[in-house]
Amino acid sequence: MIPEIGLAALWLAAALSVLQLVAGALSVKEAPAGGASPFAFYARPAAVVQALLATVAFAALLYAFAVTDLSVKLVATNSHSAKPLLYKLTGTWGNHEGSMLLWVAVLALSGGLLAGLERRLPERTMQAALAVQGFVALGFYAFLIASSNPFERLPIPAAEGIGLNPLLQDIGLALHPPTLYVGYVGLSVAFSLAMGALITRQVTPEFARVMRPWVLGAWVFLTLGITAGSYWAYYELGWGGWWFWDPVENSSLMPWLAATALMHSVSVLAARDALRTWTIMLGVLAFSMSMLGTFLVRSGVLTSVHAFAVDPERGTFILVLLLIYIGGALGIFAMRASAVAEGKTFAFTSREGALVFNNVMLTAILAIVLLGTLYPLLTEAFDVRVSVGPPYFNPASAMFAIPMFLVMAVGPLLRWKQDTAGRINRELAALVAILVVAAVLIALLAEISVLALLGLALAAVLAIAALLPLRGRKLARVPTATWGMVCAHFGVAVALFGMASESAFTEEKLAAVSAGETTQVGDWNVTLSSVDAVAGPNWTAMEARLSVARGEGAPTVLNPQSRNFWSPVQATSESALLTQWDGQLYATIGQSVGVDDDGNERWQLRIWWKPFVTFIWYGGLLVGFGGLLAMVGRIRDDLRRRKGVQRREEEQADIEELNAGPRTLPEPAE
Amino acid sequence: MRALLFALFALMAAPLAAQDKAPPAPYANVQLEDAALEAQATDLMETLRCLTCQSQSIADSDAPIAGDMRHQVRVRLKAGQSPDEVRDWLVDRYGDYVTYTPQVSSTTWPLFAVPALVIVLVLLVLWRRLRGRKVQEGGGQ
Amino acid sequence: MNRLVYLIPLGVFAFIAGLGGYMLTQTKDEAIPSQMVEKPLPQFDLPPATDGIKGVSRTDLIGGEPKLLNLWASWCPPCIAEAPHLDTLKEAGVPIYGIAMRDTSEDVAAFLANHGNPYVAIGHDEISAIQFELGSSGLPETFVIDGDGVIRYQHIGDIREEHVPMLLELLEQAK
Repeated sequence: MIPEIGLAALWLAAALSVLQLVAGALSVKEAPAGGASPFAFYARPAAVVQALLATVAFAALLYAFAVTDLSVKLVATNSHSAKPLLYKLTGTWGNHEGSMLLWVAVLALSGGLLAGLERRLPERTMQAALAVQGFVALGFYAFLIASSNPFERLPIPAAEGIGLNPLLQDIGLALHPPTLYVGYVGLSVAFSLAMGALITRQVTPEFARVMRPWVLGAWVFLTLGITAGSYWAYYELGWGGWWFWDPVENSSLMPWLAATALMHSVSVLAARDALRTWTIMLGVLAFSMSMLGTFLVRSGVLTSVHAFAVDPERGTFILVLLLIYIGGALGIFAMRASAVAEGKTFAFTSREGALVFNNVMLTAILAIVLLGTLYPLLTEAFDVRVSVGPPYFNPASAMFAIPMFLVMAVGPLLRWKQDTAGRINRELAALVAILVVAAVLIALLAEISVLALLGLALAAVLAIAALLPLRGRKLARVPTATWGMVCAHFGVAVALFGMASESAFTEEKLAAVSAGETTQVGDWNVTLSSVDAVAGPNWTAMEARLSVARGEGAPTVLNPQSRNFWSPVQATSESALLTQWDGQLYATIGQSVGVDDDGNERWQLRIWWKPFVTFIWYGGLLVGFGGLLAMVGRIRDDLRRRKGVQRREEEQADIEELNAGPRTLPEPAE
Repeated sequence: MRALLFALFALMAAPLAAQDKAPPAPYANVQLEDAALEAQATDLMETLRCLTCQSQSIADSDAPIAGDMRHQVRVRLKAGQSPDEVRDWLVDRYGDYVTYTPQVSSTTWPLFAVPALVIVLVLLVLWRRLRGRKVQEGGGQ
Repeated sequence: MNRLVYLIPLGVFAFIAGLGGYMLTQTKDEAIPSQMVEKPLPQFDLPPATDGIKGVSRTDLIGGEPKLLNLWASWCPPCIAEAPHLDTLKEAGVPIYGIAMRDTSEDVAAFLANHGNPYVAIGHDEISAIQFELGSSGLPETFVIDGDGVIRYQHIGDIREEHVPMLLELLEQAK
């Protein structure tokens, strides 16, 4: 019964999205000058109720997974009654249909929030935005219902479920995909608003101020989602990498790059009424990248072994949706953009100039990532197989990232509109000095690659530069949004330091040892105490007991495992981590590799000492927190301003009332 | 990075399809004694693609064939070959698929031409937008 | 001029969508073709894979009529599936040389006892060295070698019934 309620809710939500689309579109088309169209009433409630219905649908699926309802095909193929409850629940979005339902539910929720909360835009623009949001939602409801119905029943309930991929049975899965989805799909609001503004020709600073918190919100979730996903891959995959430039990872990086550029561009539009077309373009681009990523991952065109949706029918469906939405949006953009005036001008050395420079750099990096991701696909069309990996992506993106970081250090110090380098020459000199001294010192002390060296030196410069906007200001009076910027920029420096340090100073040790033997990595002594068989709820494992000590320090015990799951059958390596302030010790255990001379069994160990690797994720968290601060600051300023306007209006009304003299009170209704 | 989720299936599925019992090649999981040479080997292994797994370098993969490839890399470097020679030896047999570092060739030139084009475009855009513009309040409205 | 600039994103997207659409119509081919086809066999000399059988070296494969070189292993399930079709080829008079990958003498003997022995000789490659030399990336794989010792064709995956006539045709052409 519950699954049917879910399916019914999905159908109703789809119907409401049609209402939202039609009502919104008609009210844009037929709006009388200055007044509201009679259709305008419907779009908002349609969006809000739709959000509720989509939530009901998702809750229904969640319930089916919680009770392991094996008459539902999706549950039977992806869950198992012996799984811990947490992983039953997270399994809801550990498969194609469930994750698409989550995607759509978040889409509907964003639309509902937009409709329910946003009252600042001209009503006509708002109606256009809601119509676009309804249109996008409609396509994805159709996709779910037609080709990915999560509530499909089995004619005969299965006796037992097939189970969930063991790698997904992890707390990482509970947090990371939903966070990322909120980010991806939150960008749909930016998309709808941008299209609404373009259609109604209302690309104004007011529009930018409305759009900004939505962009910031989606961007914060994207940032945190990527950070969490990176850490999850790092400890769960078991070979110590934190970013692989895998096509599927790139699909999450591309929307982030576009959203980062959009967030900065929308600030320029809000503050200075410049970069109008550019902002619209990025608004379209950011969500387009989200959808393109969905297509690449789910159609099976990129990496075919992927279990999800290697189904040409689904691929075709998503491709058609892309053609309609992205193609349509870019088409409207091409027709309308030249009608949108570019806005106010500014000099090269100005805050806007720096932001434009970095926006262009971010877009260039996006182009490189897109090229590197799609290129193997392109050559495959000619029957040639090519691999593009980190050795390509790292230098190619650094080419644009390095100038970007340099400008990022200086940009916040510049004034809006027009400035001179001379005004900030002391700061500039200090930053250049730090860069040179840091680079020379590091080059003398350690023999590392050029990119790592530049990364470390730039991290030092950025860390100092991030704090400079606070110089000479009363800290208590610095606006929250400025704190947000400082925090996020400082986070970039922290993350960059972690990345460069990890790539430059990681030490790796492969060793085959028997119980009692010790091996060294960095200044750590690692002793294998024993290897024992252990069992979990749905797996067995060989667990090593490693006693690790730094120099002469007290030993700590680490327990890496080599696990074998039985439903489905799969082996995984569970790494063990020891976190220190200055890095992490990362240990995994492999196979048994025969016996030593005394007949003791030897085990393959792989151990890394990764200095300051944790800073990568601390940095990511700081960046996300900075975004959150900026969002809170902007919303609070806005509420305060609105309250101010309201108070003034009330005062005005009071004055008028006084002037008008005593009025008769309304009759009590009795 | 929903991403990874999907990658994970691929990464782990392939090597398990068939598993042999033979021990790994001598230098599959044994580092070279010469630390400098081992560093070279690691750098090279991180840029060679495992043949039976999706999107994994041979340094990262647990697949037996990746172990045998690591053995080849270490043994060949130890015998005095340069990393580029070892890479070329593999590219001669498997084509550009086997290397994550694309070499400029008739099939990969767009990977280098397009970024050059992007640089030109970037300079063009920046020049158009930012060339010594006179600042005038309300200009362009 | 300006209008055209705004068309660029649409153009890029159209290209990507076209590529995606084309790839959707293609069946995904995961095989990595060897670049050694049409090149001479590499040098190798392998010990026998089990007792009572000969090993394989490059010189065994050169000269005379065209031959098949089959890479397989006792632990590889598709290799069991192709065993009857190798027998068919043997009965057609094709000399088949095998190389067992990462195997053990006992397992090879057991495999031959269970699934028949179509091979003239079987070498043992403990560390996939010959596999790399041949540009082969999976098991089973079968190469057509002509009389001059040049690799003429690479068959990736197990040989099925429908492949037998094709292989015979290729062997005929290689004469």
